[in-house]
Amino acid sequence: MFSPADLAAIWLTLKLATVTTLLLLLIGTPIAWRLARMRSWWKGPLAAVVAMPLVLPPTVLGFYLLLLMGPHGPVGRFTEWLGIGLLPFSFGGLVVASVIYSLPFVVQPLQNAFEAIGERPLEAAATLRASPLDAFFSVAVPLARPGFLTATILGFAHTVGEFGIVLMIGGNIPDKTRVVSVQIYDHVEAMDYAAAHGLAAGMVVFSFLVLLALYLLNSRGRRS
Amino acid sequence: MSVAARFALAYPGFALDVDLDLPGSGVTALFGQSGCGKTTLLRCMAGLERGAGRLAVNGETWQDDSLFVPTHRRPLGYVFQDARLFAHLDVARNLDFGMRRSRGAATVKREAIIDLLGLGPLLDRLPERLSGGEQQRVAIARALLAAPRLLLMDEPLASLDHARKQEFLPWLERLRDELDIPLIYVSHAPDEVARLADHIVVMDAGRAVAQGPLAETLARIDLPIKLGEDAGAVFAATVAERDAEWHLARVEFDGGELWVRDNGTPVGRAVRVRILARDVSIANSRHDDVSIMNLLPATVVAHAAEDHPSQVLVQLRVGETLLLGRLTRRSAQRLDLAPGREVWVQIKAVALVG
Amino acid sequence: MKLPLLALLLIAATAARADPVQVAVAANFSAPARQIAQDFEKDTGHQAVLAFGATGKFYAQIRNGAPFEVLLAADDETPAKLEKEGAALAGTRFTYAVGRLVLWSAKAGFVDDKGEVLKRGEFRHLALANPRLAPYGAAAVEAMSALKLLDAVQPKFVQAENIAQAHQFVASGNAELGFVALSQVMKDGKLGAGSAWVVPANLHQPIRQDAVILDKGRGKPAAEAWLKFLRSEKARAVIRGYGYEI
Repeated sequence: MFSPADLAAIWLTLKLATVTTLLLLLIGTPIAWRLARMRSWWKGPLAAVVAMPLVLPPTVLGFYLLLLMGPHGPVGRFTEWLGIGLLPFSFGGLVVASVIYSLPFVVQPLQNAFEAIGERPLEAAATLRASPLDAFFSVAVPLARPGFLTATILGFAHTVGEFGIVLMIGGNIPDKTRVVSVQIYDHVEAMDYAAAHGLAAGMVVFSFLVLLALYLLNSRGRRS
Repeated sequence: MSVAARFALAYPGFALDVDLDLPGSGVTALFGQSGCGKTTLLRCMAGLERGAGRLAVNGETWQDDSLFVPTHRRPLGYVFQDARLFAHLDVARNLDFGMRRSRGAATVKREAIIDLLGLGPLLDRLPERLSGGEQQRVAIARALLAAPRLLLMDEPLASLDHARKQEFLPWLERLRDELDIPLIYVSHAPDEVARLADHIVVMDAGRAVAQGPLAETLARIDLPIKLGEDAGAVFAATVAERDAEWHLARVEFDGGELWVRDNGTPVGRAVRVRILARDVSIANSRHDDVSIMNLLPATVVAHAAEDHPSQVLVQLRVGETLLLGRLTRRSAQRLDLAPGREVWVQIKAVALVG
Repeated sequence: MKLPLLALLLIAATAARADPVQVAVAANFSAPARQIAQDFEKDTGHQAVLAFGATGKFYAQIRNGAPFEVLLAADDETPAKLEKEGAALAGTRFTYAVGRLVLWSAKAGFVDDKGEVLKRGEFRHLALANPRLAPYGAAAVEAMSALKLLDAVQPKFVQAENIAQAHQFVASGNAELGFVALSQVMKDGKLGAGSAWVVPANLHQPIRQDAVILDKGRGKPAAEAWLKFLRSEKARAVIRGYGYEI
C-alpha cells in the first residue's frame, strides 16, 4: 500500500515524535511546575514566552529558527563552536524545532494539572518527612497523571501533524528529515492524490488509535 | 519538658504575636474564634508558615533567629482540618508514607494504631471511598506513624457532622490516653476542648489572652473573651457508686459528690465533669423541695459582668473546686452575693465528658 | 418605462467598467506583476486584484470553485491541464515569461562564472526547489544530469517546497549555494548580492510560465484587457527587467 519512501517517512515521523515527546516531558515538566507555583510578577512574561508558538505561524517560526540556527545566527555559532555543526537540515534540528513548536501543548496541560493539585497535598507530604523533591515525585507527579497523559498525547500528536516548521528546517531530505506530513504535502502538490489519500488516511487512523489507547488507559487508571 | 513557642508574623489585616510556654506532654488546646490566628500559629510551629521567632520542643530547637528547620526535617505529626490523604494511594500506603520516611523510633506500632483507630477493614481502600470520619482517622494514624515528637491537630472534627463527631471523640480520647508526646489541638468548640484538653491557650486577634491548666482557666471569670452559653467549669472526678435501680452514678470530686446519669463507666474510674454556668443557680439556704438532685454548699469568690447588662457571672468555690454560675444582675443583688458569702448551689445538669 | 431601462443599462456599464479582474499569480512573479498592475490601471482604467501563491495550490483551489479569472502560472503544464479539463478558456493560453535558472551563493566569490564549484563539491548543502513540484527544481535536476553531476551532488540536496524557500535556505547561509530563479537575485538589472552562475539555457527545457483566462473570466472585459496588456511591449520591458526572458 505504501511506497518505500512513504514507509521511510512514517518511520522517521514516529522516531521524531517519540524523541520530541520524551524531551518535551523532560523540559516541560520543570517549566510547568515552576509556572504553577510561581507567585511573582515574572509568571506572566514567562507564560507568554512559552505560549508564543501558539500564536506565530509555523513558517514564520521556522524562518526565524533557520536564521538563529544558521551560520550567522547565535545558536548556529554556538553549535559550531561545540563541534556539532549546524542544526538545519538534520534530524537534531528537526527535534529542536519540534520541541520549541510543541512546548505549549505539553506545558499547559501539565501546568493546569499542577495548579489543580495545589499546595495542600504537598504540605501534607512535608509534614510526613518528604523533601520537596521527594514530594514532587511521590505526590505531585502521580496526582498529575491525567495531565501527563494529556501532555503526552498533545505533544506526540502535534509533532506528528507538524508541517510548516519541518518544511523550513528539514530541507526535505529522504530518511533524514522527510516526515509524513511533508510527504503528504508533496503528493498533494504534485497532484498525486491517490498516494496522498493513502498516507493521510493512514495518519488519521494511526492518530485515532493512539489517542483512543491513551484515553482508555487514562480512564482505566482513574477507576482502579 | 516543655514546648516553647514565640512567633511574630504580620499579614495585611492580621498580625500574630505570641510567646507561649506549653507543657511538654498532654493535650494543649489552642482555643478561639475563627480568624484569631490559632491555625496560623499551628502552621508556624510546623514550619509551613515562616514567622519570625523561636520554637523548641522538649529541649530540641527547631527554629530561632539563625535556624529554620524545614517542615520535612521537623519530627512532627500534623492532622489537617481536611484530612489531606493522598488520593492516589490506598489507606495502607497513606499510612506507610510517613513511616517509611521517618528515622526516629516509632511513636506507636503500626498494628496497634490500626487496631486503636479501627482501620483494619479500610486498608485497601482509596481515600475517595472513605467517609469524613474514616479519613480523619487515617490522617491521625498516618501522622502518628511518622514517629512525631510533637503532634499538631487543626480542628480534625470540623468537617464532621454532629453524629460523626460523637462517634469520633472516643477514638481521640483513647489516643490521648496512649500518647506520651505533646499534642497541640486547635479548636473553636468548647465541648471538644472540655473533653480532650489538659491545658488551654485562649487566643484572640493573634494574641494569647489567657493560658493555663484547663480547669483553672475555664473557671476564671476575668477571661478577656466571653464564652456565653459555653461558659462553665470542667474538673476531675471519680465514679464512686452505681445505682442500678435509678440508673444513676455517684461521682466524687475535690469538694463533694454529684449524682449523674449512669453511662456505664465502672466504679473507680477517673472521669471529667463539666458543669455549664447556665445550669447553676444559687440560693441563700438549702431547699430540699425542688426537683434538683445536686445541692452543694459553696462560697462566693468573685463576680463579673457578662456581655448582656442583665447578666452576671459568679465564681464559686466548692471545697477545692471552682464552679461558675450565671444569673441575672437583679438576683445577684437581691441575694447580696458579695465575695465570702456562704451559699447553696443547685446544679440542673452535669455532663460526664470522658 | 424608457427611463428606468436606460438607468439600468448605465449602471450595468459602470459596473462592468469598475469590475476588477481577479488574477492568481505565481509567487515568483509577484514583483513584476505588481508593477504591471499599476501600469495596467493607469493605461486602461481597469483594475487588477492580485493573489500570490503556489501554482499547485491555485490549481486545487480553481478546481474547487475559487473566484479567479486569470492564472499566471509558474509553469506551462498547469494552464494546459486546466484547459483540457475545461476549467480554462481554450485559445487564451500563451507564454508570458521564460524563467532563467541561476546557481547562487550569498557569499561573494563562492560561485564561479562557469559553475565549476559544483564539480569540486566543496559544500555541505545544495538547495533547490522540490523537482517534483517546482519547474525550477526540475530544471536544476535536468541541468545537473546534463553535466553528469547529479549522482555526485544528490546526497547534498536540501529540498525547498518552492524557490522562495530555496532562496531563504541560501540567503540565511544554511545552504552554501543553491539553484534559484534569476528573478530572485536580480536587482535593478544586476546581481544584487553574493555570487552566481546563470545556468546556460541549453542545459534544461525552457522554464515557460503560461497565462490563461479561467472559466470565471469568461466574457469579462477586464480579464481580456489584462492578458492583452501582459503582451504589450511596456509589460515585457518590466518582465525582462526582473530577469525573465520573453
